[in-house]
Order: sequence, then C-alpha cells, then structure tokens
Amino acid sequence: MKPDSTPDSVITFTQRKSELHKLTRRQLLKRSVAIGGSMVVGGGFVAASSATWALEVQSGEPSMMATLVQMARDIYPHDQFGDELYVAAVKGHDEKAAADAPFKQFLEEGVGTLNTLAQDQGYKHYLNVGWEAERTAILKSIEDSEFFQTIRGGLVVGLYNQEAVWDLLGYEGSSFEKGGYLERGFDDIQWV
Amino acid sequence: MAAPFDVNDNSVVVIIGTGAGGGTLANELAQKGISVVALEAGGRHLPQDYLNNEWPSFSQLAWTDMRTTSGDWRVAKDFPNLPAWIVKAVGGSTVHWAGASLRLQEHEFRARTEYGDLDGANLLDWPVTLKDLEPYYDKAEDKMGVTRTNGIPGLPGNNNFKVMKAGADKLGYKNCHTGRMAINSEPRDGRPACQQLGFCFQGCKMGAKWSTAYTEIPKGELTGNLEVRENAHVLKINHDNNGKVSGVVYQDLEGNQFEQKARVVCVAGNSIESPRILLNSASSLFSDGLANSSGQVGRNYMRHMTGSVYAAFDKPVNMYRGTTMAGIITDESVNNPDRGFVGGYEMETLSIGVPFMAAFLNPGAWGREFSAAMDTYQNMAGMWLVGEDMPQESNGITLSDEKDQFDMPAANVHFDDHPNDVAMRNHAYQQGMALYDSVGATQTYPTPPYPSTHNLGTLRMSRDAKDGVVNGFGQSHDIDNLFVSDGSQFTTGGAENPTLTIVSLAIRQADYIEKQMNERTI
Ligand SMILES: Cc1cc2nc3c(=O)[nH]c(=O)nc-3n(C[C@H](O)[C@H](O)[C@H](O)COP(=O)(O)OP(=O)(O)OC[C@H]3O[C@@H](n4cnc5c(N)ncnc54)[C@H](O)[C@@H]3O)c2cc1C
Ligand code: SF4
Repeated sequence: MKPDSTPDSVITFTQRKSELHKLTRRQLLKRSVAIGGSMVVGGGFVAASSATWALEVQSGEPSMMATLVQMARDIYPHDQFGDELYVAAVKGHDEKAAADAPFKQFLEEGVGTLNTLAQDQGYKHYLNVGWEAERTAILKSIEDSEFFQTIRGGLVVGLYNQEAVWDLLGYEGSSFEKGGYLERGFDDIQWV
Repeated sequence: MAAPFDVNDNSVVVIIGTGAGGGTLANELAQKGISVVALEAGGRHLPQDYLNNEWPSFSQLAWTDMRTTSGDWRVAKDFPNLPAWIVKAVGGSTVHWAGASLRLQEHEFRARTEYGDLDGANLLDWPVTLKDLEPYYDKAEDKMGVTRTNGIPGLPGNNNFKVMKAGADKLGYKNCHTGRMAINSEPRDGRPACQQLGFCFQGCKMGAKWSTAYTEIPKGELTGNLEVRENAHVLKINHDNNGKVSGVVYQDLEGNQFEQKARVVCVAGNSIESPRILLNSASSLFSDGLANSSGQVGRNYMRHMTGSVYAAFDKPVNMYRGTTMAGIITDESVNNPDRGFVGGYEMETLSIGVPFMAAFLNPGAWGREFSAAMDTYQNMAGMWLVGEDMPQESNGITLSDEKDQFDMPAANVHFDDHPNDVAMRNHAYQQGMALYDSVGATQTYPTPPYPSTHNLGTLRMSRDAKDGVVNGFGQSHDIDNLFVSDGSQFTTGGAENPTLTIVSLAIRQADYIEKQMNERTI
C-alpha cells in the first residue's frame, strides 16, 4: 500500500473535506489512540495515525473501510503486521463496492451490525471497542453470517498471499530463478 | 496412417485424458505402432510455463470446472465446489504430483480376504495379484526413474526430512528414508537432477520429476502414431447398434462439437470425470449409463484416509526448501488390526507454502490461535498421513443438478468416512504428533484432509461382472472395446500413493489391447 499523497496533506485534506469528522490532526491522533487502533478516519480517506499509509476510499463512507481493516486484524491478528497489509487485504472489497451497489449495501449492513453489537456493549462503534477479546466476542456471534464469511474467506488469500506477509512469516517463495535451494540451505538445520 | 488423424478414421484408439493412466497408455500404444488420438480437456503447459507460486499455479493448472459435494466429510463444508485437487492440462495430475512411487503390498490386492467382512465396507479382492503386476511395476519404475530402484540413488534429505528422521529414530521406527521418488536424483532420460526448488506441486520447472506432460506424451508423438488434441473436452461416448462403442463426442474452446470415430475407447479422466462421462453417455440401450449393468459405475469412491500433522519448534526448519515429499516412514503400513483398524498408512514429509497453509491448516478457523500457528511457519515441520480407506457403495460420483460450462450435469462427489477410516486417522494423528513431540515440538497441528488428490475406485475391477465395472485388464465387463485406464479401476486403495500402480496397469493394459486388436477380438 503506497499512500496516494504525503501523509500530512492527506490529513489536511481530511480536515477540509470532512463534514462528519471535523477534527484537527491532533484530535485525529488522539481519537485514533482513543479507539485503540492505528487509524484516523476522514472524508474520503482512511489513514494511519502513524502517517505511514493512507487509502482513498472509493465506495463511500471511510469509517466502513476503517472498520473492515480492524475486523481483518481481529480475524487474523498478527501483531508484527502493519495495518497496510490488512488494508491491502480488504481493499478489493472497497473496489468491488464502488462498482456494485448491492455489494456496497451488503458491506454497509454488515458493518452496521458490528456497530449495533458494539453499542449493545456500551460502545459507540465497533472501532471503539477496547480489547481484542471483546471485539472477537462480537465477531464470534456473527461467525456464521454471510458477511463474516465473505470477509474471512477473502482474507485467506487477500492477506496471506502478499509477499510482504511471506517475508514476515519467513517463507522465501519462488526459488527457480535463484537455482532452487540446493545451494541455499535445503538441509542446513543442525539442531536435530 | 500417421498423425494427425481424421475424425472419421474409425481405426484409432481414442484415449480420454492424458494423465498418469491416459498419458502412459497413449505412449505405450504408439510405441507398438497403434494409432492413437488422445483427447485432453486442458491445454499444454510445460516446465518453462510452471509458476513457483501456489495460487497462480493453481489457476494455471487445476481443474476448476463446476463440481458439487455432499456427505459428512469436511471438504464438503469447507470447499463445497472443490472436492478434489486434479490437474486439467496435458499430463493430468502428474503435473502436480509429488512423485512418491510405491508398490501396493501383496495382501492389499486381497483386501476382502485379508480384512474380512467389515460392516458398511464393500470390500473385494482384486482380480489381479502382486505377482501379475510385478513385471509391470519393474517397467514402470524404470520408465519413471524411481529412486531406490534400478540402482538409482535416493534423494538427499531436506530439513523437513531431517526432523522426520530424528523423530522416527526416537519412536523406534525402523523404515525411514527419503522415499522412492519419480524424481531424478541424478540426470536420467534426458532430464536433469532435482535442484531442490520446493515447488513439486506446482509443476517441476526443472523437469526433474516424471510427468507424462514432458516424458510419455512427446515420446509417443515422436513415433507419429499419437495425436494429442488439447482443449478437447469430452462430453459423451457413442455406441453402435451392437452395443460396441464407436466414437467420442467432444467440444473445443470455440464451442464446436466433433465426434471422433474409434475402434477402441479408453477412459482416463480421473476417478471423478471418468464415471461422469459414462453416466452422461446413457442411451436407450444403456439407460443407466455405459458399462453399468452392475450398477457400480461411480460407486465405491475412495480418496485414501488422509490428514497432515504440522508441528512448530523453537528453531527454524524452513520445511518448504527442497523436495516436497522426499521422506517416508513405512512402519505403519502393515495390516495390524490390534491398532483398532484394518489396513495401514504411510507417513510422508509434506510442506506447503504460506498461501496454501492459510487455506488448508484449519479451514474456516480464525482468531489468535490460528494466526499464532501461522506465525510459527518458519519453524514448522510437516508430514502427510496416507492410508487405505474403505470402499463404500454409497460413496461416489453421481450427476449433479448443477451444470458445467458445457451445460453438462456436473459431477457430485459424495463421501462419508467409514469408522475404520476415522480410527486409522486418529491413530495416525497420534503417531505423527508423538513423533514431533519426541524431537521437541512446542505445538502440533493435526490438519484435516485436503481436497482429494488420490481419487480412486469409481469404475472398479472385479472378477465377477456383477461386482464391478471392468475386468483385470481394465476392460469393461459389458462392452469389449471400452476400457478404463486410470485410478478409477482400483478395487481397493491400499496404503500407498497410487500413481505407480496406475502407470503399471496402463503398461499392462497396452499389451492386452495390442493382443486383442491383433486377434481381432476388439
Ligand atoms: C498435489 C498432488 C500431489 C500428488 N502426489 C502424488 C504422489 O506423490 N504420488 C502418487 O502416487 N500420486 C500423487 N498424486 C496423485 C496423482 O497425481 C494421481 O493419482 C494420478 O495422476 C491420477 O491419474 P489418472 O490417470 O487417474 O488421472 P489424472 O492424472 O488426473 O488425469 C486425468 C486427465 O483427464 C483429463 N480429463 C478429465 N475429464 C476429461 C474430459 N471430459 N475430456 C477430456 N479430458 C478429460 C484431465 O484434464 C486430466 O488431464 C498427487 C496429486 C496431487 C494433486
Ligand atoms: S524439488 Fe526437485 S522435483 Fe520438486 S520441483 Fe524442485 S527440482 Fe522439481
């Protein structure tokens, strides 16, 4: 995930365009801390509070994408993975939703359900739910829904088929162009 | 007459499918001077085209046409439209296969006698004995260049094997080595030695692994007696008024349909497609489908008892480096009913990359337990457990309500585990986990069966015409000039990976077809 523009201008842009989230950068950062995630949400964009990445949301309400990114992390939590890997994994849903109104509605309803369930627990949104275990309990309760299965199913390939993820998990991938592993450690372990 | 052949040439043998069975048979017949047209649903992909990348390779090679599933197996829930992992390309599943090449054991040809009458199992002895097949096993091992036969050295052990071997020693297993593999440990038959790429399942880019795609097929074509028609998807087999098969109807990529006339037809589309073709060929004369007077077409589907154990250690293993399956323990492959089940199983090294691990380690699972397991990837070792499953009459292939892109009823694959399969799998899991525990595993992951790679038994051999579909040479009991030439013929599955047996049967069948043609009985 490459930011579409420099992080600061993203956030400035966010401030300017956003009707719903009229927040200063400081407030944005504070808010992101408050929700326990690493994202700030603004009109048209989802961005990292760390300013390392930003996604221009194509299908509408950015908080929906922000929720999907958090949901993705909660489904397959890898604390050493930056948000950009989860963003890349769910980006396809945004692209599809931009071209496919029923699918967009399907996502909105799914995210709406998550938020409603969060409200039942006394939180404002899914993104505000404090501990992973609490969010996981919410997800568990909708585990059999088409919405959950669509997001989870998409992640299996969307998340784990990224070369950056392979690097982090220690999988070296394609080897033919490097002459295979014959001279590169196919039998190098000494500990057994 | 030399290839290519006219569609109206009714002197040819038509073979449907070019995998382990069909590809081998095509070359064997061509070498004997017999004219062969091989119809292959997929295209031709050769080593330069193969991809060291699991999902793109899967898209390139795997059979993804519509199929449906039913039964209590987990695959029906997790992969409802992917019951099996089969290649649709010239070379069939020998493009994907890992190369493990084992002979069936003597008692496994006599499963009914050896195991007795098991409730719910439709066991039968083969009409063929190990002794009948031995000369053909010899030929197949030579043809395929199987290591540890014909003076061919074993492959070197990779990291995954080292862990297996250490555990095998700890558990007191006596028979653990780097396998009998149809992978060159040294250059042979114009193909180089294995470079330990670790992508055996994705098609061997070195060509070190035997596959009909670049061994049997081009050798057959070189004789001028074999024409392989690619992207030729067979829809049905026609017969004449005398009930002899007379031609094969297929469709090309543009949607044009042709009928290739035939003197003999050999079906080798793998154990799911072969019965589907026969069922789809029902006519007024054969209202239950071709060769189905026994009612056994599509029944007794076997997929081997399978499962995997992956284990995490506190140090890296990098199991994915090097040959995927060059490691085996054969101690559990005996029939010892004291273990609580009949038949036996093999333990074989196995590794899959991160993309497939995510999909297959525990399909449907999510949350921290799953991702923590994925986090151990680099420190994982893995093995596959493959054993004899029980033929059951109710397991099998029927025509589905769903249609494929040709508007043909798709195959529905129904499978319920037999209690013997479950008992064997549990035993195998325990042994696999104990093995890794003995070398210091910090976690073990008993992994459920993948979509079937060993598809067997749906057009089985039988001595008596009422018990099966073909005789000991794969010839239909009902129709003399119709043969089955793939894994569908297996009467029972044995514990061993099936391909060496499929190839041996094809070589033997070629001799038989030649003789019958010469004697003009077909
Ligand atoms: C990942 C993987 C690993 C494996 N590893 C091993 C191993 O180590 N050892 C082992 O013994 N076995 C292994 N196997 C199994 C082995 O590949 C199969 O048992 C063997 O290839 C089956 O041979 P077959 O002739 O029955 O069918 P296939 O080899 O599958 O050939 C069938 C062919 O028929 C074609 N076909 C089907 N329907 C039609 C139609 N209607 N018209 C035209 N053509 C059609 C298909 O496209 C295909 O090319 C493995 C399989 C897989 C998938
Ligand atoms: S490990 Fe050997 S057999 Fe497997 S793909 Fe590589 S070269 Fe081929």
